[in-house]
Amino acid sequence: MSFVQNLKCNNHKALSLFVTVGYPTLETTIPLVVELASAGADIIELGIPFSDPIADGPTIQISSETALRNGVTLKKTLDIAEEIRKQSQVPLVLMGYANPIYAFGLSRFLDRCTNIGIDGVIIPDLALEESDEYRRLAQERNISTIFLAAPTTPDERLKQLDDASTGFLYCVSITGVTGERKGIADQAEEFLYRARKCVKKNPLLVGFGISTPEDAKHLGKLSDGVIIGSAFIKALRNASKAHVIERAVEFVKPFRLALDSAE
Amino acid sequence: MNFKINTLPDDQGHFGKYGGRFVPETLMPALNDLEHAYMKLKHDSTFQRELQELLRDYAGRPTPLYFAKRLSEKYDKAKIYLKREDLCHTGAHKINNTIGQILLAKHLGKTRIIAETGAGQHGVATATVAAKMGLKCIVYMGTEDMERQAINVKRMELLGAEVRPVNAGTGTLKDAINEALRDWVTNVHDTFYVIGSVVGPHPYPMIVRDFQSVIGKETRQQILEREKRLPNYLVACVGGGSNSLGLFYEFLNDDVKMIGVEAAGFGISTGKHAATLSAGSPGVLHGSYSYVLQDDDGQITPAHSVSAGLDYPGVGPEHSYLKDTGRVQYVSVTDDEALNAGLELTRIEGILPALESAHALAYLKQLMPKTPNDEIVVVNLSGRGEKDLTTIMKSVDKH
Repeated sequence: MSFVQNLKCNNHKALSLFVTVGYPTLETTIPLVVELASAGADIIELGIPFSDPIADGPTIQISSETALRNGVTLKKTLDIAEEIRKQSQVPLVLMGYANPIYAFGLSRFLDRCTNIGIDGVIIPDLALEESDEYRRLAQERNISTIFLAAPTTPDERLKQLDDASTGFLYCVSITGVTGERKGIADQAEEFLYRARKCVKKNPLLVGFGISTPEDAKHLGKLSDGVIIGSAFIKALRNASKAHVIERAVEFVKPFRLALDSAE
Repeated sequence: MNFKINTLPDDQGHFGKYGGRFVPETLMPALNDLEHAYMKLKHDSTFQRELQELLRDYAGRPTPLYFAKRLSEKYDKAKIYLKREDLCHTGAHKINNTIGQILLAKHLGKTRIIAETGAGQHGVATATVAAKMGLKCIVYMGTEDMERQAINVKRMELLGAEVRPVNAGTGTLKDAINEALRDWVTNVHDTFYVIGSVVGPHPYPMIVRDFQSVIGKETRQQILEREKRLPNYLVACVGGGSNSLGLFYEFLNDDVKMIGVEAAGFGISTGKHAATLSAGSPGVLHGSYSYVLQDDDGQITPAHSVSAGLDYPGVGPEHSYLKDTGRVQYVSVTDDEALNAGLELTRIEGILPALESAHALAYLKQLMPKTPNDEIVVVNLSGRGEKDLTTIMKSVDKH
């Protein structure tokens, strides 16, 4: 049973937080993740920074640039994940672009993930068609492969993405890059109804553009959970250095409440 | 050669292990649509007639194959011919591709055109054809490039295009492509992304190559008429690689040596260069698997070249394949070598080449002494140099 199905069993809506590793500082990431888990996050997505993040809007782009300036590499990301795992059993999903992972070596990367106890990996620019070798290696090691599905994805392809995914299916709420937007819930509705019909195997988590607890509640009713990225990163950006973790916990709580009321 | 090297890509868009599609899921259906539309229109006589007419009457094709007599005499070795893509409408080979892609856009019912540009030549060519076809056009351009190619920025604006500055990263072509891809992800329903080189996700490397292969087709016919034989060498500069592949493609199965000249910037050993094939390694950038300039962590490293059109840390996947198979030899020349070669051509042939094309010319200094007198060298003069006047004058003043 996948880590998300575990959550789903209790009719619990998953709350996943995206954290750019090394943002705002290298030292904050470990306590940040541990505290987020205590504050009600069900899954943490650890974002591996990349120089050319084509699926990301300005907020995550800036966080990636900062993280790279702070010296974050894929190797360092894995070291930090290892440390987190010693302190928390929260499901950990790595999210990063293909090139750093290819440069590290697929087997070497997935072996490290296994040893650390990483639950799944999302590679937003690894299309289904290019993923055969990766999926085989990940499956051998029991690491979940999470594909993204978009409103532009046709029904037939939604089914293929469902087949190929082994943790959850990441439903992109709108056609666009990451970043907060107004009125996201209404725009995503139609796609989520369609995804519900086509996707049989995996839980559906919805992300991109969700910025308010109201969005989360609305979309939580139509899915198995939500993913918050840019809005969260922005909250961290606006917090003073000494209060980053406090601010993060403050940010998460209303989302947790909103999702609990969507069950 | 037993197997035809020019039958690629395969149906997944691979050239050997290179190419493919590494893009966000949102774009996958659009790429599939584009591929299907292109495969159909490729053999559609109406589409082809429209394309041929525009290439002839609007772009000004065929371009001459010019025997550079005084340049040849200077070396007193093989004969040097220049394929005069600089004489195309808008001043470079780029328009061959933009005419083709904007025709495709029209057939797909797209009303909004986006493009990236480095030197501004592709941006100008896209803005030009968009103006002619009455389509809205947005061009992404790095802020550093906007400064060094200011004239082309003005040209695009006069043509009615909106030039959007890209500040992120290094403010050059790489970042302009990132931003264009983000725009496309957001507006894919009404927008066609006109990619300017043989890069990007499948089917772009194939489509751009096919539209540019008119360069090689004409060259073959022209040299056979003039010399009754094929050339011994083809030489072209390589940034993303569209003018070189456009020249090479028609000759891949012939006994013709091909040399792609990359930008060595300040010199490969300085780390400030754009010689992706000569000094890079395979990786994923802008939607395909190909050689890239990257550090040990897989972060893309900034390129450098005096020529904005070559200042790119990636290269088309078919070039990566042609390198690994040994079919094409890739070499590099420095900023200074290119500047000098450009000035030389201006003085002895009265042709001011683009700094990009000047890289191909600069390699003649190494190649020509090795060529016997009865051989023929064709250099692709991919663009004209007016856009580079500021850079060239700065360098003249310095020396």
